[in-house]
Amino acid sequence: MLNVGQIEEGFVLDHIKAGKSLSIYEHLQLDKLDCTVAIIKNARSGKMGKKDILKVECDINQLDLDVLAFIDHNITVNVIKDCEIVEKKVLVLPKTIKNVIKCKNPRCITSIEQELPHIFLLADEQKEIYRCKYCEEKNTERF
Amino acid sequence: MRHLMSPLDFTTEELEKLFCLANDIENNKAKYAHACDGKIMATCFYEPSTRTRLSFESAMIRLGGQVIGFSDAGSSSAAKGESVSDTIRVISGYADICAMRHPKEGAPMVAMEKSLIPVINAGDGGHQHPTQTLTDLLTIRSLKGTLSGFTIGLCGDLKFGRTVHSLINALVRYDNINFIFISPDELKIPDYIIEMLKNKNIPYEEVNSLDEVMPQLDLLYMTRVQKERFFNEEDYVRLKNYYILDTEKMQLAKPDMLVLHPLPRVNEISVEVDNDPRAAYFKQAEYGVYVRMALILTLLELA
Repeated sequence: MLNVGQIEEGFVLDHIKAGKSLSIYEHLQLDKLDCTVAIIKNARSGKMGKKDILKVECDINQLDLDVLAFIDHNITVNVIKDCEIVEKKVLVLPKTIKNVIKCKNPRCITSIEQELPHIFLLADEQKEIYRCKYCEEKNTERF
Repeated sequence: MRHLMSPLDFTTEELEKLFCLANDIENNKAKYAHACDGKIMATCFYEPSTRTRLSFESAMIRLGGQVIGFSDAGSSSAAKGESVSDTIRVISGYADICAMRHPKEGAPMVAMEKSLIPVINAGDGGHQHPTQTLTDLLTIRSLKGTLSGFTIGLCGDLKFGRTVHSLINALVRYDNINFIFISPDELKIPDYIIEMLKNKNIPYEEVNSLDEVMPQLDLLYMTRVQKERFFNEEDYVRLKNYYILDTEKMQLAKPDMLVLHPLPRVNEISVEVDNDPRAAYFKQAEYGVYVRMALILTLLELA
């Protein structure tokens, strides 16, 4: 079994669906942070069978929880200080997401005006449906 | 500052005020003839639409205001590549209110975000056409005296018709409305609307034949069945006559049933029906001007 050491200060994203950690790495723009990141793929999990884990040594405020919640609000976010879990953040679906996904409706104004932000609004919390702010087209993209 | 992007932007109470104002305008035209003296409306039409544009222009001119604008993208700065955001910033300095039609969905909302003047969505692709819905509601309220407690049949292309979808979304806010959807299977009302009606426990029925439901209807909202929507010519030929309203079908209807149509009509309502007192579609077009007059006054805070 592979052992990855503890982190002193930062956060651990646990219960990531197996195989999704790289996509989360990308969307959280962790490549732009100058810190230690451990990506653990296909770790054994009693609950999920297999899961991914991300360990990041940086300030928690540098993490965009909204993007993470949109990707998968079932991910556990453990905040670490002095090698201890000091807080478990609960992820809630964000009401608005900006420039995370793109509107794919060819009839949408965002398809011709490149400088416009791609903004999606939470239309149905239970079904986790987001719609484009401008054309109201349903988002079908999931990471 | 308020804008109009969707028919649901106004509460039913606000709509009631708007419709009362529209009826007052209808009955007292002279009283409002100078209500917009010195005001300018910009009609920014990025695609041709004679009826809607003229209706807006007529509304502003009847209020004593003046109109500037363009009627297709080719004759505007959009042809040079200007963004909607830049155009509206410029127009904000030229006019007091703007009605915008655009083939791209959401364009009027982009304008609204940067605008210094009220923006009215005059139709954005297949998305919204709120002033048509306000026209439909005003027509029903004025001619039926109420916006609740009736059976409405919606007939024709219920799949692609944004007018129909908008009207349903607006009517579900009122009490005791029974919907009957009359269309060929190919052009049935979308599932998400059926789901919404089920969730709200609103009675509805889906049928193929207009004849069989005519006696039940208090209102019949006709739309065009377009040949190009059919998969094959045979189906079109087989089905098109089901959805042509003629005097024979009108004989099956209640004596006070009203026929509405957003217009333009092609052949789905025979011209012989025009003489029937229940044919309300030309009156409906006239109400389109009154409701736009009321809307302009409301958004300019002159009401």
